[in-house]
Amino acid sequence: MEPTKEHLLWMYEQMLVIRNFEETMVNVYLEGKLPPDIQDGLAFDIGSGLVPGEMHLAAGQEPVAVGSCVHLTDNDTITGTHRPHHFAIAKGISLNPLAAEMFGKVTGLGRGKGGHMHLFSLDKKFGCSGIVGAGMPQACGAALAAKKQGKDWVAVTFFGEGAANQGSFHESLNLAAIWNLPVIFICEDNKYAISVTRDESTAIANNADRAVGYGIPGVRVENNDAVEVYDVVGEAVARARRGAGPSLIEVNTDRYLGHFQGDAEAYRPENEVNSLRENDPIDRLQQQLKDGGMSDEEDNQIKERTKAAVQEAYTFARESAYPDASEASLHVFV
Amino acid sequence: MADRELTMAAAISEAIAQEMENDEKVFVMGEDVAKYGGIFGATGGLLDKFGAERVMDTPISETAFIGAATGAAAEGMRPIVELMFVDFFGVCMDQIYNHMAKNTYMSGGNVNLPVVLTTAIGGGYNDAAQHSQCLYSIFAHIPGLKIVVPSNAYDAKGLMIQAIRDDNPVMYFFHKGIMGLPWMAYFTGSTNHVPEESYTIPFGQAKIVQEGTDVTLVTLSQMVHKSTAAAEKLAQDGISVEIIDLRTLVPLDKDTVLNSVRKTGRLCIADEDYLSFGLSGEIAALVAENFDSVKLNSPVKRLAVPDVPIPYSRPLEQTVIPQVEHIESIVRQMMN
Repeated sequence: MEPTKEHLLWMYEQMLVIRNFEETMVNVYLEGKLPPDIQDGLAFDIGSGLVPGEMHLAAGQEPVAVGSCVHLTDNDTITGTHRPHHFAIAKGISLNPLAAEMFGKVTGLGRGKGGHMHLFSLDKKFGCSGIVGAGMPQACGAALAAKKQGKDWVAVTFFGEGAANQGSFHESLNLAAIWNLPVIFICEDNKYAISVTRDESTAIANNADRAVGYGIPGVRVENNDAVEVYDVVGEAVARARRGAGPSLIEVNTDRYLGHFQGDAEAYRPENEVNSLRENDPIDRLQQQLKDGGMSDEEDNQIKERTKAAVQEAYTFARESAYPDASEASLHVFV
Repeated sequence: MADRELTMAAAISEAIAQEMENDEKVFVMGEDVAKYGGIFGATGGLLDKFGAERVMDTPISETAFIGAATGAAAEGMRPIVELMFVDFFGVCMDQIYNHMAKNTYMSGGNVNLPVVLTTAIGGGYNDAAQHSQCLYSIFAHIPGLKIVVPSNAYDAKGLMIQAIRDDNPVMYFFHKGIMGLPWMAYFTGSTNHVPEESYTIPFGQAKIVQEGTDVTLVTLSQMVHKSTAAAEKLAQDGISVEIIDLRTLVPLDKDTVLNSVRKTGRLCIADEDYLSFGLSGEIAALVAENFDSVKLNSPVKRLAVPDVPIPYSRPLEQTVIPQVEHIESIVRQMMN
């Protein structure tokens, strides 16, 4: 499946937004977490600063999100992972409430009660979870609901290569296969489950091969490339929409940053990330677009636009109010 | 038929059927819920009425299908999903307590999850340590789950319809020993009059099974019927027991409990779950927190499984699960 120029431009712009959003967060996250702003004797304090708590960023993994979401509408459901920003942005969630949720502000997606790992949007049919492998069963449920209502909507569930060793992966693939559910299982192989490498944790080289065990198609995308993801996911989404059932896709992608911010990454070979960045998927798509006629002026406009949108979101998040203490007992019966 | 009686199993399946007729978004899934009708009969007859699209047998994959219930509920469906025995929650607890229970809250109220998770509880028929537990207190401990534990067919129907119409996740615990199964001895009080028409019983309203003046006996599920039998014997000796059937743990009807203990001045809790850190301690704490308005004439007594796994051997099992004579004996101690 070949992308149109419009799709190529959309993917390029979304990747820029994601990269900008994530790299902005790298710095914002550190505000207030380093000496001398924190308790004496600490080098870093995870619970301090504007954005406290864990922070898992997806810089480098943009192709998976944009190459998949380009095929989806607001009627299609996504379940994401603990590293969910790229999916959320590509699914069309507004940057302002997205950023505000990370700051714990009342203007956030979950009024500040979810935080960056727990983002939910009813309008965009988006959910994610801090628990590895947890989204796959719920995506099966969303697909089941679509099927029961006679819709051609699909569900896409993203997970890491580490989650492919969770029971939920195998249970969900089997369930989706026997019920012929419109689910696309997309594995982001970023080669590390925190510090444990894929080779150390997984008995086979290609998780897509596991599809054979459930009688469904399995395809591995060998390059961290938006156009390659576009092609493979496009086929799988079309297949699901026409009622032909689930697919399993694995994408060889790259995590540029630590598992979380503050990760010393002692488990990674030196210069690994530098060499990955030399073959950056955004640069490659930019070149492809330029070869296809995108002018420098058009490129600059896109870059300025995305930068401004991200800046606006962070400003919105900073300036928003925290929820009133009384909000703690709302949205659950007590 | 004013005197129509149903087993609790039949009352539950009737409640589900009536809601399925009313609302096409209601559907049922779980292990052996369709052709078999539920191992404990809670979904009997539904497959014939509604077909395999709405009454779905699942593989033995509790994580997948209970998670799927959450996912379908988020999309506007109203799934009823069965965990065959509550003892099996260990294979799927993440989907229950980290997702079904929390996603509404973490979404700031954007996502409703109208799921009813039914499950079988209780021992007394020698199924040993992995198939005899109650465990409702574990789930009552988790914010975000409503906890329903009926004791009889009438309540079971009204509480089930209430559960299906609730926009929050509800866990519905039926005791195997009061379902009226043709293959397991049961307490006759659980099979009772059930109106044919649809009706609801609000959550958070305990039922005073019988009024009394000497001792408040707080209980639920099968233990209600054991308590009634014990109270009959105690009445012969002039001891008047007030029996409270909690019916739901979340929400908990604190007022009915406190008002009764204010009247009787004595509190006994009879529970089939484990003793420590559970329901009986919670009720005792509730009363202790209200000592400004409650005066006790004797210390609180708790009857529950004494912090051991449920043993298989018949005499051992019948020793650790509170029986009629245990209730009778402990109430007599309180009156001395």
